[in-house]
Amino acid sequence: MDRLRLLPSALVDWAPAAALGLAGIATWEILVRWLDVPRWLLPPPSAILREICGSAGLLATHTWITLQEILLGFAAAFAVGVSLAVAIAYSRTMERSLYPYVIASQTVPIIAIAPLLLVWVGPGQASKVIVVALISFFPIVVNVVDGLRSADDEMVAMFRTLGATRRQIFAKLQAPAALPFLLSGVKVAAVVSVIGAVIGEWVGARGGLGWLMRVSAPQFHTARVFAAIAVLAAIGVLLFVIVGAIERWQLRNYRGKT
Amino acid sequence: MPALPPRLRVAAVTKTYPGTRRVQPLHVLDGVDLEVGADEFVALIGPSGCGKSTLLNIVSGLEEQSSGSVALDGDAKAKRLGRIAYMHQRDLLLPWRDVMGNAVLGLEVAGIDREEARGRAQALLPTFGLAGFERAHPASLSGGMRQRVALLRTMLRGQPTILLDEPFGALDAITRGSLQEWLSGVLAEHRRSTLLVTHDVDEALLLADRVCVMSGRPGRTVTTFDVDIERPRPQATLVSPRFVALKRALLDALAGQAHEAA
Repeated sequence: MDRLRLLPSALVDWAPAAALGLAGIATWEILVRWLDVPRWLLPPPSAILREICGSAGLLATHTWITLQEILLGFAAAFAVGVSLAVAIAYSRTMERSLYPYVIASQTVPIIAIAPLLLVWVGPGQASKVIVVALISFFPIVVNVVDGLRSADDEMVAMFRTLGATRRQIFAKLQAPAALPFLLSGVKVAAVVSVIGAVIGEWVGARGGLGWLMRVSAPQFHTARVFAAIAVLAAIGVLLFVIVGAIERWQLRNYRGKT
Repeated sequence: MPALPPRLRVAAVTKTYPGTRRVQPLHVLDGVDLEVGADEFVALIGPSGCGKSTLLNIVSGLEEQSSGSVALDGDAKAKRLGRIAYMHQRDLLLPWRDVMGNAVLGLEVAGIDREEARGRAQALLPTFGLAGFERAHPASLSGGMRQRVALLRTMLRGQPTILLDEPFGALDAITRGSLQEWLSGVLAEHRRSTLLVTHDVDEALLLADRVCVMSGRPGRTVTTFDVDIERPRPQATLVSPRFVALKRALLDALAGQAHEAA
């Protein structure tokens, strides 16, 4: 595809979301001013924007802390998630012994685990990285297990008649067939990893956007809370868009079923 | 000098899938005998559901027979999986690989150097009507072209014995006719011992040296016809008197089987 066509189509793609967002922000601004809502209760978007600009340095410092937790936790989730999925997809024993616990791990409320982690590993970065990893490994495992099993039986038979080993069937058929599934899982994981970092920071931290929100709210510094929320949302959307771009690039030739 | 054993000999092969508490055991094959000599083309024809595909799965080594033997070059104990090429009705092309990538798959699996493999594929592309399509992906090809890519992948691997499971069954009649003619030309140039499963009488008679007729399920080989017409046979052969006579005899044999099955 040529570059000239990429830009306008991107504009067309994003225009509806941008229009809806701007309309929402405008309504919010007008209503807050018109009804004279106090700033500490609900600040108007203009005040939040002023806060973002005015405290850019502060926000940047804490954004960097949170972003590090997200990226480290996500990397751990990716490594653990893909390894678990391969083990589960290729061994009945592993499937029967591991899979129930993988699922059970998601029913345990993270909000209950997070304070315990604080006690176990301390209030440093590690506890947040673990929360992020715990919350985002699940969509990766589930999707990759499905993906590795998605290659059809006749396709596997064809590989076997060509004399392929199990390892070759994995590398040349099952792994590429699982790629779209992996990327779907990664998209979900990227978004929930942001939630994980905030939860981790909320229950105890020395910095980060979650911590900033937690200390700003009781001081009725509501504009700052919203500024942090805006930055977090932007991180989530940005991660999603990056994975989406990788997906489109990687899967440009994945048309038709395996 | 003792006669060489046939490339492939199937003797008294049966297959029964064991039942479970809820499912009756399924007796699919009941004594199949056939031989494919070196560079010979044998077609296997029979009513649908007679176990033709099961037989190919057994011959290729994907499945085990319940009894009987399958000998490759006279050796009934030989490991068959990977030594016999098998082309399915579906093209089974990898959608993420281009034509070249799909064609060299077998060579890649066999550990042939990438440049070497690509060179060999490149040399055969014109014969397969794929010159200039090296970089095309399967989704952008017609059904006939996709099937030719699949056949190229099968032939390139270099196994001397080929199983074809209704390779043109999913194509329209016109494409099928031209591909049959083309395949018979390709096989004249690149000799292989071939076992073709089909339910198309014309296809069997156009391509094969011998045609085996199978009964309805449970499948057995009932009778064999020698097709004594010079190969390769152009489409015009379809209306030659010898072809028509053979076709009548073959249809009679098949009608008998279909009648028995019904």
